[in-house]
Amino acid sequence: MEQVLEQPAPRGAAVARESLRLALPIVLGYVPVGFAYGVLAVKSGLSPLNTVLMSLVVFAGSAQLIAVGLFAAGAPPLSVVLTAFVVNLRHLLMSAAVAPHLAGWPRRLLPLFCFQLTDETFALHLSRFQRKDTDRAVTIGVNMVAQAAWVAGSVLGVASGSLVGDVRPLGLDFALPAMFIALLCGQLKGRPHLAAGISAAGLALLLPRLGLGQWSVLAATALAATLGMVAETLAARKE
Amino acid sequence: MDQHTVLLVILGMAAVTYGPRLAPAWLLSRRELNPMLARWLSYVPVSVLGALTAQSVLAPTGSVDVSAANLYLWAAVPCFVLAVRTKGFFGVVALGMGIVAGARFFLG
Repeated sequence: MEQVLEQPAPRGAAVARESLRLALPIVLGYVPVGFAYGVLAVKSGLSPLNTVLMSLVVFAGSAQLIAVGLFAAGAPPLSVVLTAFVVNLRHLLMSAAVAPHLAGWPRRLLPLFCFQLTDETFALHLSRFQRKDTDRAVTIGVNMVAQAAWVAGSVLGVASGSLVGDVRPLGLDFALPAMFIALLCGQLKGRPHLAAGISAAGLALLLPRLGLGQWSVLAATALAATLGMVAETLAARKE
Repeated sequence: MDQHTVLLVILGMAAVTYGPRLAPAWLLSRRELNPMLARWLSYVPVSVLGALTAQSVLAPTGSVDVSAANLYLWAAVPCFVLAVRTKGFFGVVALGMGIVAGARFFLG
């Protein structure tokens, strides 16, 4: 017998269903934000093709919205690229944090998985990985559903153009904040983690005031994680 | 800016976004991590989520707003309670969206 049972995984339709189920909050958040991006991009003078292309090859919500703003303001091309780099540098830490969970993966899948590593997919997958839900097909499936929602939202935004629909009556704009809250609470296991979470929250609000707006999530994360590590190390030494 | 330049900028953005997403996972996934680094990384998820939650709930428009007019703040409180109690995920998202939609409908 071949070793096909190493991971008893759901297949086919079951994978699709599970991916859709898990990705639903992300979809609810991405479609309206993608829509807003599409509308703004076309208004800022991007061609429909370039607008959708950016959602396909960059796939980073905040950076895309900031880039559109910079295009509209007539910023130099290189500064748009550099801003995207700084805004998205926080993924460096997320990629490092998922790395240990990807040890058993075939290497050829890493470029695919990492291409769709966003704040939301990272938060969702890390919570799954921690409870040993590591099905690869579902993981990639969730990412695909998430990006499809992002691209679909962008296309809808481009198509609607100036006809801006208001998503606020449905409360869709709160889907992603609510998801962050749920995932955050799942991470609060023990005092050092609680301390790190609260410090990160405080720093994320404080740092933009010090002119570190673009760096705020990255810097708050790095500082708070260091604090958590030191607290845990000190607590371990005391015992 | 002409569309050709925009295209080049988009490709540049794609490259500088993809690099930091891929490099750490590629380099670290097959390696036995230094225990201190592993410990540090174990605090990254809670820190990222703390930062993202704080900014999205307490500064939804970019600047800190802890006034009663910040609807997200009101909606976040029951979401936190439900999330801590149930460890649920979809329930929290549904509750949050329901509160925000309901408040806008009934309170204008």
